[in-house]
Amino acid sequence: MNSSLLLTLRRLRAPIIFLIAVFALGIVGLVLIPGVDENGEPWRMTVFQAFYFMTYTASTIGFGEIPHPFSDRQRLWVAFIIYLSVIGWAYLVASLLALGRDKAVRKAYVESRFRRQIEALVEPFYIICGFGETGRLVASALDLRGRRFVAVEIDESRALAIDLMDFHQVPLAIAADARLPENLVAAGLRKDNCRGVLALTSDDRVNLAVAMTVRLLEPNVPILARAMHRDTAANMASFDTHHVINPFARFGEQLALAAAAPANYRLVTWLTGLPGRELQEEAAPPRGAWVVCGYGRFGREVVRAFHAQGLEVTVIDPNPPQDADLSTVKGTGTNAEPLVAAGIREAVGIVAGTDDDVNNLSIVVTAREINPRLFTIVRQNLTANQLLFDAFDADMKMVSSELIASECLAVLRAPQLGRFLEAARRQDPSWAAGVVDRLVDRLGTKVPAIWGITLNISDAPAFHRHLMSYGDATVADLCRDPSDRDRTLACVALLLDRNGKVELMPDDDFELHAGDQVLFAGRVGMRDRQRHLLQSPKVRDYVLRLDRRLAGARS
Amino acid sequence: MAAPGSLWHNGGGETGKRKNMNLEKVIFGFFIVLAATLNFGFVYGDPADPEHHHLWEFFAAFVVNVIATALKFGDRTQIGAVHLATSLVAVLQLAAAALVWFFAPPGPLDAGTTVSIVSLSAGAALANVVSVVILIVETISMRR
Repeated sequence: MNSSLLLTLRRLRAPIIFLIAVFALGIVGLVLIPGVDENGEPWRMTVFQAFYFMTYTASTIGFGEIPHPFSDRQRLWVAFIIYLSVIGWAYLVASLLALGRDKAVRKAYVESRFRRQIEALVEPFYIICGFGETGRLVASALDLRGRRFVAVEIDESRALAIDLMDFHQVPLAIAADARLPENLVAAGLRKDNCRGVLALTSDDRVNLAVAMTVRLLEPNVPILARAMHRDTAANMASFDTHHVINPFARFGEQLALAAAAPANYRLVTWLTGLPGRELQEEAAPPRGAWVVCGYGRFGREVVRAFHAQGLEVTVIDPNPPQDADLSTVKGTGTNAEPLVAAGIREAVGIVAGTDDDVNNLSIVVTAREINPRLFTIVRQNLTANQLLFDAFDADMKMVSSELIASECLAVLRAPQLGRFLEAARRQDPSWAAGVVDRLVDRLGTKVPAIWGITLNISDAPAFHRHLMSYGDATVADLCRDPSDRDRTLACVALLLDRNGKVELMPDDDFELHAGDQVLFAGRVGMRDRQRHLLQSPKVRDYVLRLDRRLAGARS
Repeated sequence: MAAPGSLWHNGGGETGKRKNMNLEKVIFGFFIVLAATLNFGFVYGDPADPEHHHLWEFFAAFVVNVIATALKFGDRTQIGAVHLATSLVAVLQLAAAALVWFFAPPGPLDAGTTVSIVSLSAGAALANVVSVVILIVETISMRR
């Protein structure tokens, strides 16, 4: 029996017992009181007849006086018992209705339904804590790739709204506090098919608590946590959280990369972009004097990045920091005077980094009027303001929810992607430009799908067997079309990992070994076609021309 | 602990923590013991002699057993579950006995029917004894 049924019965105990008592009393009376039949003979009901009479009378069905018309004494008793049983039914129905409106009971129903859904969940899934803008972005991208997710959201109305959103899979959501370990366990943390936990709430303390819970309860489940403060990030890293994402620090790094190596920046942002986005034009922040409006968590990271690049920065803030090596202007930047005072006429670029979207737009618009050649970097806080930001068309935009979401997805997509990106940041710009050209040539400008394959017995049985027995296959063979071996699939090998030895952008004639891990970028759908080649011996023989070779050997 | 919980709506089921006597526990214990005693009283006597087994005593035992079952609804603890299970067994056995009685040939009961009614009720009595034992064990362990 499930707990919600038990809870219902428990709440209905009183009316049920009252009804039982009324039945018993009615039966006793009916059996004891004698009647007179048509022939004037006295008769008495049997217990069964009395029970039958009570059943149809108490439920107000009323088949009449059977087996014989009643005497007045019997009728008196029946009248009394009808009043009692009607009260009993009314009591039961009223209790049932009250139960339906009881918050605690409704919550129990919802929870037990959620528990059953989680128990029935057999596909791999992710737990998403916090379903704000970031959580929603990640969830819909996971959903697009056919992955299930379980949302834990503290806001009840937001959790309810998840059911109404358009997803391909049935979304699972619970309104609960992710800080409590029991809620994470209820969301399926302990299940074997839980592939990861994403702590994406807007509260650093909650994310920290989630990371700690997962670390202690299920150390093998990967945890991706958002940290808005540097000390939270350091705290999380101290207990080996698998991946900590600090959007401001990450943007600072990207900004530094964009300034130092624009081609690498372009490659990295393209590969980690949200699905459906396009390759951006190369836009390098120019070298020269910069003006940064707003010196919060975001502004600080930007200034840090500019200083690391050796650029000159002037900060405009209502409460300018007392820092000797930083030139500051008191003000908001939304009007001309502070901007001019900060040297906007001579500056090459401006960063609008306050936590107010309208102010940020106002800052860049004002600044551009004074100096039209400015390179503009705008921070967008809310996705809801997308239209305004599209209309302004800044040179660079920082949307923290998108930044976190794309990083989460990049990490979840393929573990080797992180290593590729790490390497891509450090390679020289001509290499990055070459990679972009090669990828665009084969895949187009849409953000590509990224996947990893391992040439082992479980993931690629057919191919693994071939490598073990013949030993010759190249990277190009992995990109052949299973339906026509002379054509190539729209995918490119990004990285090949052989026992920890990494080969970036392996050539087409690179020899494959059993056990190699290969990271691919390709158009959507290519992964499924490649899988045939890896798993089916027939497709493998066709693609690698083994059929012909074997036939030749035999003849 | 498997306290009987609240009989009425507003109780939270935490009554077992209170040490003083309360009406709910009296009612709970009363019905469980009464179910067992009535059941035993009906079974007691020569199993083949219908004179020793009165219909009204059977009826009373049946009704009290059903009430005892309803009282045990909704306790989620392990002991509460066993409590409910024993009561369900007793009610089932008594219902079987009632059916035998119902399908018996008209007129006074014969020896064979009486034996099967009494043996079914004896099974119910055993379940009721288990129920009482659980009640006693629970009460004793709660004193510590």
